[in-house]
Amino acid sequence: MTAPALRLTGTARVGGRVLFGPLDLAVPGGEWCCLLGPSGAGKSSLLHLLAGTSGAVTLDGSARAGDGAPLAGRVALMAQTDLLLPWLDLCDNIRIGARLRGTRPSRAQAEALLDRLGLAGMGARKPGALSGGQRQRVALARTLLEDRPVVLLDEPFSALDVATRLAVQDMAAHALRGRTVLHVTHDPAEAARLGDSILLLAGGQIRAVAPPPDAPPRAPDATATLSATGHLTRLLLEAA
Amino acid sequence: MTALRLFLPVMLALALWQGAVTLLAMPPFILPDPLRVAGTLWTSRALLADHAMVTLTEVLAGLALGAGLGWISAVGLALSPGAARLLRPLLVFSQAVPVFALAPILTLWFGYGIGSKIAMTLLIIYFPVTSAFFDALMRPPAGWEAMARVMGGSPARILWHIRIPAALPGFLSGLRLAAVYAPIGAVLGEWVGASRGLGYLMLLANGRAKTDLMFAALLVLAVLTLALHRAVDRGCLALEARRLR
Ligand SMILES: Nc1ncnc2c1ncn2[C@@H]1O[C@H](COP(=O)(O)OP(=O)(O)OP(=O)(O)O)[C@@H](O)[C@H]1O
Ligand SMILES: [Mg+2]
Repeated sequence: MTAPALRLTGTARVGGRVLFGPLDLAVPGGEWCCLLGPSGAGKSSLLHLLAGTSGAVTLDGSARAGDGAPLAGRVALMAQTDLLLPWLDLCDNIRIGARLRGTRPSRAQAEALLDRLGLAGMGARKPGALSGGQRQRVALARTLLEDRPVVLLDEPFSALDVATRLAVQDMAAHALRGRTVLHVTHDPAEAARLGDSILLLAGGQIRAVAPPPDAPPRAPDATATLSATGHLTRLLLEAA
Repeated sequence: MTALRLFLPVMLALALWQGAVTLLAMPPFILPDPLRVAGTLWTSRALLADHAMVTLTEVLAGLALGAGLGWISAVGLALSPGAARLLRPLLVFSQAVPVFALAPILTLWFGYGIGSKIAMTLLIIYFPVTSAFFDALMRPPAGWEAMARVMGGSPARILWHIRIPAALPGFLSGLRLAAVYAPIGAVLGEWVGASRGLGYLMLLANGRAKTDLMFAALLVLAVLTLALHRAVDRGCLALEARRLR
């Protein structure tokens, strides 16, 4: 599996109003790219444009893979809401993609994934019996099990406490190594920790910000990470 | 608690009834008093139970068939948008035909026995079940379907794994409605032509000026309808709660 690059160019509109652009966003194949930006800037819309689920948002331009082949079938999307199906237990929620494609991965695989996300032994529970942070981890597990070369994550760790967040970030970084990841986040520290590249979407434009020099996932308290966090925070404050 | 909540309205209704009989000085063959009806209820209990069983059978069979057919129709319509566009107006139009006007024809087609009553019940509940379920199928909560498409699900599998389970509450609310309508269908069928059932008994009693028996049959019918509604309601609630727990 070689992970293709992602490229989105053009202008996005919603209801005739320009949401962002004209811009040119590129994520190199196999890299983890973090996308920051104020609320309402169009980050989620951008992910949906790449996933082909944009609905009311239209793109005058193109959203495609760098290798020219269609993105459909190569993308996994973790949306901003968890979209768990309340009538399925956690294992079946995680495996819903396979079911929708008419295959059936083992329950053991799903259980193992839950285990690695700190949800050991909860596979038979229904989503209604979970906390917000637990639901978010199940949604992440579902996205990881899709096993796609391109992964779009919309605020995947936002509901987690600090310790869990760091652990789950590490787990995701390892699980998705070598894939092309576009990761939307509100948290500058998260972007400083995880991004091979960091982009800022503000005022309808994309701007690249230099990540710390070492390879992610970086120590959250390393000087380079902290100074990148500070720099990103300042940029976000200026953009607001 | 429930008993108390029921007790007061029932007592009020009985008091009004008795008051009307006393004040208006109604002869028993026009409006019998509650005690007299209670007496008939007791003395004719075997007869009433007999006919109630027939009506109940018709109602349950009609309910099962109507729910099943409604389920299949709604899913079929949801599977093919073309068919839905074509058939939906037809369904609505069929509802504009007063169904009870069809009762004599149904008796002609399905005979004097239980068949025509089941058909009548089915006809009355088919539309509420179909349209409640179909509407729910066509309005899945945003996000799920998009997610399923990104995952590569075919329309049929998305329907089966996402849209149908998501629309189950809609189907169940159609079923609750159907439980109220179903006895009406059965009794209508019996009025047009039958030799058994509560509807038949009411007509018979009325014809022979046995108004107390007619009222007794009416009461049994009302209790049957309420019990059915309650049972279906409870069943639906339990099902909904269990599948989310
Ligand atoms: N279906 C829609 N109809 C109308 N407007 C929409 C629609 N979807 C998004 N928008 C608008 O587009 C803008 C961008 O929305 P989007 O969800 O992409 O923002 P975001 O950057 O992800 O914000 P947040 O950080 O709060 O999640 C918002 O102003 C929103 O109101
Ligand atoms: Mg968003």
